[in-house]
Amino acid sequence: MWDRNQMAERAGRELQDGWYVNLGIGIPTLVANYIPEGVNVTLQSENGMLGMGPFPFEGEEDPDLINAGKQTITELPQTAYFDSAQSFAMIRGGKIAMAILGAMEVSENGDLANWMIPGKLVKGMGGAMDLVAGVGRVVVVMDHTSKYGESKVLKACTLPLTGKAVVDRIISNLGVLDVVPGGLRIVEVADGVTEAELRAATEGIIVD
Amino acid sequence: MKKIYPNAAAALEGLLFDGMLIAAGGFGICGIPELLIAAIRDAGTKNLTVASNNAGVDGFGLGQLLETRQVKKMISSYVGENAEFMRQYLSGELELEFNPQGTLAERLRAGGAGIPGFYTATGVGTVIADGKEHHDFNGKTYILETGIVADLAIVKAWKADPSGNLVFRKTARNFNPPAATSGKICVVEVEEIVPLGSLDPDTIHLPGIYVHRIVQGDHEKRIENRTTRKRAAQPVDIDSVARATNSKEA
Repeated sequence: MWDRNQMAERAGRELQDGWYVNLGIGIPTLVANYIPEGVNVTLQSENGMLGMGPFPFEGEEDPDLINAGKQTITELPQTAYFDSAQSFAMIRGGKIAMAILGAMEVSENGDLANWMIPGKLVKGMGGAMDLVAGVGRVVVVMDHTSKYGESKVLKACTLPLTGKAVVDRIISNLGVLDVVPGGLRIVEVADGVTEAELRAATEGIIVD
Repeated sequence: MKKIYPNAAAALEGLLFDGMLIAAGGFGICGIPELLIAAIRDAGTKNLTVASNNAGVDGFGLGQLLETRQVKKMISSYVGENAEFMRQYLSGELELEFNPQGTLAERLRAGGAGIPGFYTATGVGTVIADGKEHHDFNGKTYILETGIVADLAIVKAWKADPSGNLVFRKTARNFNPPAATSGKICVVEVEEIVPLGSLDPDTIHLPGIYVHRIVQGDHEKRIENRTTRKRAAQPVDIDSVARATNSKEA
């Protein structure tokens, strides 16, 4: 079974040289630590920045320089700033090659729910709905099951959707699944996990 | 016409009324018009609808207007950092219209650009699309969203010249330009007012046509989520320093 860092490392292998990529909050943020050698990607932060750099050294934090998770960050030589309307114009316009996002639930046809638990958690969708509707490829990184052992890779999502049929690939602690016509296809099984275990933890239909 | 005002209260004089729609710039508490928000709190204007990506944090930014119950409705994309917001919303005291972040930014931009509506794929198949006109273009479905024209825009910039030309700094630009353009009237607070002619006309982010009143002030610029990395410890190897020194001499 993969831990958070191993999932991030696996997601890092999705990146291709020259791509502009948006990383969501949580485990997806860790993917920045696992960009493969020789792969040059530019990270977009939807609050108005291309070319996101690492966290600042202590004492060098700038309140005017944050990422979409409101964390203090730094700029790089290739950094460009712009306003929120232009930021989402490049997202909606298909200029961002890939988004790596977290998920609460994913369905077998690629529906994604990651923004709201009715009556409980009301935080908002932020930029997630725009990202899944606009970017070239959507990869989600998530735990395969809830803490009660229930599958989060479902026939149909139970939570309000972020987007319909938008997920291309799922990277979970148990392995990698692609959304294909008719259901999900197993791409890879995590270390120490059997294919039978992955199938048992997946409620959505798996096609061969 | 003179655009510079002595303080935030003076800059807002005659512009505030109960039930008005205010568009506010900022992302989280980065680049928020903190002085103008505090002045609106002091003015006590009620039943506000505020279009802003976030609702501040408890006790700072728009969070202050929530504490005083001056806000009737928020139009936002993410409100997760504000416990008072959650409490008022879940108890039904506060209305909330969630807009996807890019849809909110484009609604403000469109409103300011004289575009009453636009189609977007964002939100299709979700609750955001409920009750909205759907239209297919080239085999793909889009929904109709409307532009926002606000009674007042309050924004924060880094520098202004007396004509209202604005320059923003780093990611503090965020929603400020689209919010500014959406306002029938726009009031901007800046860190510095620079003399006319000292801004390079090629580097102005928002031209003064959108800016009606300017106030300069001291900003707290609070950090919401301070993240840092440790400096790599640089143990000084006396021997290698000596070797390097010696080789240079040689």
